[in-house]
Amino acid sequence: MIQIDVLRRKNKEEPAYLQSFLYEPKEPSETVATALRRLNEQASLTDKEGNRADPIVWENSCLQKKCGACAMVINGRPMLACDASLSALKSPVRLEPLRKFPVVADLMVDRSILFQNLKDLNAWLTADADPSEKKNPDAYEASRCLQCGCCLEICPNFAVDGRFYGMASMVPAARLLVQMPEKEKKELAAEYKRHVFEGCGKSLACQDICPAGIDLQGLMARSNAAAVWRRLLWKKRN
Amino acid sequence: MKRINIAGAGLAGLSAALTLAKKGIGCNLISVQPSERAQSVLAEGGMNAALDTMGEQDSPTFHYEDTMKGGVYLADPNAVRGLTSAAPEIIRRLHAIGVPFQMKDGELVLRPFGGQKKRRTAYAMSSTGKVAMTALIDEVRRFEASGLIRRYPHMEILSPAIEENRCTGLLARDTFTGECFMFRGPVILCTGGMNGLFSGMTTGSTANTGDVTAAAFVSGAALGNLEMIQYHPTTMTIPGKRLLVSEAARGEGGRLFVERTDPESGRTENWYFMEEKYPELGNLMPRDVVSREMSMVTQDPSCGSRVYLDMRHLSRETWEGKLADLRKEVIHYLQLDPAADPLPVSPGIHFFMGGILVDEQHRTSVADLWAAGECACQYHGANRLGGNSMIAAVYGGHVAAENAAEMVLRHTDPERTGNEPDEADAVSCGKMSASDEAQQMLSPAFAGQVQRFLAEGLPVFRSEENMQKALQGLEDLWTEALTEREKRRLLLARAILLSALSRRESRGAHTRTDYPERDDKQFRKTTAARFVNGEIQIGFQEIPKDRQEGEE
Ligand SMILES: Cc1cc2nc3c(=O)[nH]c(=O)nc-3n(C[C@H](O)[C@H](O)[C@H](O)COP(=O)(O)OP(=O)(O)OC[C@H]3O[C@@H](n4cnc5c(N)ncnc54)[C@H](O)[C@@H]3O)c2cc1C
Ligand code: SF4
Ligand code: SF4
Ligand code: FES
Repeated sequence: MIQIDVLRRKNKEEPAYLQSFLYEPKEPSETVATALRRLNEQASLTDKEGNRADPIVWENSCLQKKCGACAMVINGRPMLACDASLSALKSPVRLEPLRKFPVVADLMVDRSILFQNLKDLNAWLTADADPSEKKNPDAYEASRCLQCGCCLEICPNFAVDGRFYGMASMVPAARLLVQMPEKEKKELAAEYKRHVFEGCGKSLACQDICPAGIDLQGLMARSNAAAVWRRLLWKKRN
Repeated sequence: MKRINIAGAGLAGLSAALTLAKKGIGCNLISVQPSERAQSVLAEGGMNAALDTMGEQDSPTFHYEDTMKGGVYLADPNAVRGLTSAAPEIIRRLHAIGVPFQMKDGELVLRPFGGQKKRRTAYAMSSTGKVAMTALIDEVRRFEASGLIRRYPHMEILSPAIEENRCTGLLARDTFTGECFMFRGPVILCTGGMNGLFSGMTTGSTANTGDVTAAAFVSGAALGNLEMIQYHPTTMTIPGKRLLVSEAARGEGGRLFVERTDPESGRTENWYFMEEKYPELGNLMPRDVVSREMSMVTQDPSCGSRVYLDMRHLSRETWEGKLADLRKEVIHYLQLDPAADPLPVSPGIHFFMGGILVDEQHRTSVADLWAAGECACQYHGANRLGGNSMIAAVYGGHVAAENAAEMVLRHTDPERTGNEPDEADAVSCGKMSASDEAQQMLSPAFAGQVQRFLAEGLPVFRSEENMQKALQGLEDLWTEALTEREKRRLLLARAILLSALSRRESRGAHTRTDYPERDDKQFRKTTAARFVNGEIQIGFQEIPKDRQEGEE
């Protein structure tokens, strides 16, 4: 039997409270996502004290760490619920919503800022991508970002209304910087410099947190080169 | 400005939005979660197009033939011709917007996929869907910034609004605030497959509940070929879902075997049954065939009860260059390394060939309502070929949008063509009353029962007896106490079983022990389910005549 403590909140106006549930995994390979699904499947969910409880609100979609929906803070660490093996977690398992984003209810948060920031960056191609093979590895790696927000949760420099957009913007921008023809890069590069390059302390706390295992350090180094250093050098030379 | 409502933001929805935007027509792109969470990001193996880059003299005609044959001639031939001729250009376009397809010497590399005689599947490792979605999302963002595309990424669609067989809008609920909205104007449905009916048993996303399909059905949209449910041969059980082992595993050389004991010598060997039974395509026969063979060999008393997927012989190059993600995933969820251990696999529900009935232009039976992508019944007939779904979602979304655009440009009545500029896109209807809210609930116990009956009635091999039993079970669930949503789901579930019972033959994914033969005369037709005056009616509809027949 595992104890699962959930930080609950009916909606953003109501106060938060901790509620404990007891859960018996049926299989050794179960994750936090399995537990949440099975708890919610019970005809009447009761907490540890035997009180009736409303179903726990959380987001999910793929259940195989490919969509980023289920990101939450598990025992203090931002993770995907469908990636968090129960057997590897200390009991009681404590589930909290990501703290950097406004709470909608229980474990569900409003991550609209992720998409807003990308719009702000002008994160799109303005001309056909450079199709050459050698761009493929970086373009592939940088296409894998889940927009889950785990990296932002851990980042000391990111805040929802701040100027620094974090790795969740760096990765999509990296794809575009790698594939854009040189002469098209100016606008995106300027935004990138302002919202990504200038705010990052490079402690790389985010690297180990990224559930997609994206090579953040490598992508960032190359994007910095493409958006900032190469342009500086180029300017100096001319 | 004219505005069209697109429900669902996976490949089909994004493709429709882009087509409209390029014509200068605005749209509301409405989905319960952002595109990054749509099932399309799960697609792994690749997308089919006769690009003919492998020196095999491939052509759209061959792609057409394989698709028709794979679907056992139940698909609309004209629609399939449209798809297969457009496919190469779609892949080129996706490449141009930055999908990092595998390349060699400046050309796209294609991998072999099931049921196809040529290598035709463009891919990016085993994350083709994810990287294609990323590129399309970035494209859409460009038009979002210019205001043409408006995203509503946390709206649960409750129902299309249909009056007198014409769609006038879409009713949705903001999952953040509970506020309801009416999006007025024409609607393109791109809400994906009916996974929710088989909760926990499919390889897909939990967000695709099938509830929009159910709502469209009870509001008057006809559904087609509901009995055609694809069991993918190689899935594995993980807690809460089926994990797909992509067809790419067999495309790159994976082999299926079962342990067989020779009754005389008592010796046990690994029997690579697909290779023995189907020397030409072997492990890459269409999915319906492979799933049936697997179910059959595991019933054979001389064979073990498990089929294994053997990939131990694949080269390091293949693992690192083509299947790296797949291997990582299997190790993570199953603690088995496919490079070292054969994987125990079994057929699992993966795709719905049937859905909202549409014509070649993706029009439904309801005016001003279109459907595309997996929620629609188009292109795949009785069985979908691997790699044909993503391309069909992109193409179908495009065709639906083209046709919807034409309608909007033709008419001037704002009711039919979306909102005028000074009107709000979404008209708030406030929060639901507690009693209305209760009508939208789905009790997990009820959903579980529906799922159980459907699963029992519709396994790989079906029979009158089991389907009748399941249908009875479903009928017994009916009480007035059910919520609206539960009633709709039950109706859809019954329509699926009734469709399956009506098709008294075996074809593609629909295999019956009591009618093992294919019967073209009676059943080379589309099963059409309609909800008329409170009753489900099942009929059979002629498949459109091939316009090119006799021309070649
Ligand atoms: C594991 C896996 C691997 C696959 N691999 C391949 C492959 O290699 N090749 C291939 O061709 N196909 C593959 N497929 C199939 C293919 O991915 C899908 O059929 C295709 O992506 C469907 O696209 P779509 O746009 O129709 O729907 P989806 O991508 O499923 O999108 C549905 C959209 O509708 C929204 N939605 C659903 N219900 C509601 C509601 N009530 N309210 C609001 N929004 C709603 C969702 O949020 C989502 O945005 C695979 C499928 C799976 C599950
Ligand atoms: S390196 Fe540090 S500052 Fe930069 S994004 Fe990561 S956590 Fe934030
Ligand atoms: S970079 Fe990694 S942690 Fe950050 S949003 Fe993308 S996938 Fe999530
Ligand atoms: S549900 Fe998709 S990442 Fe967990």
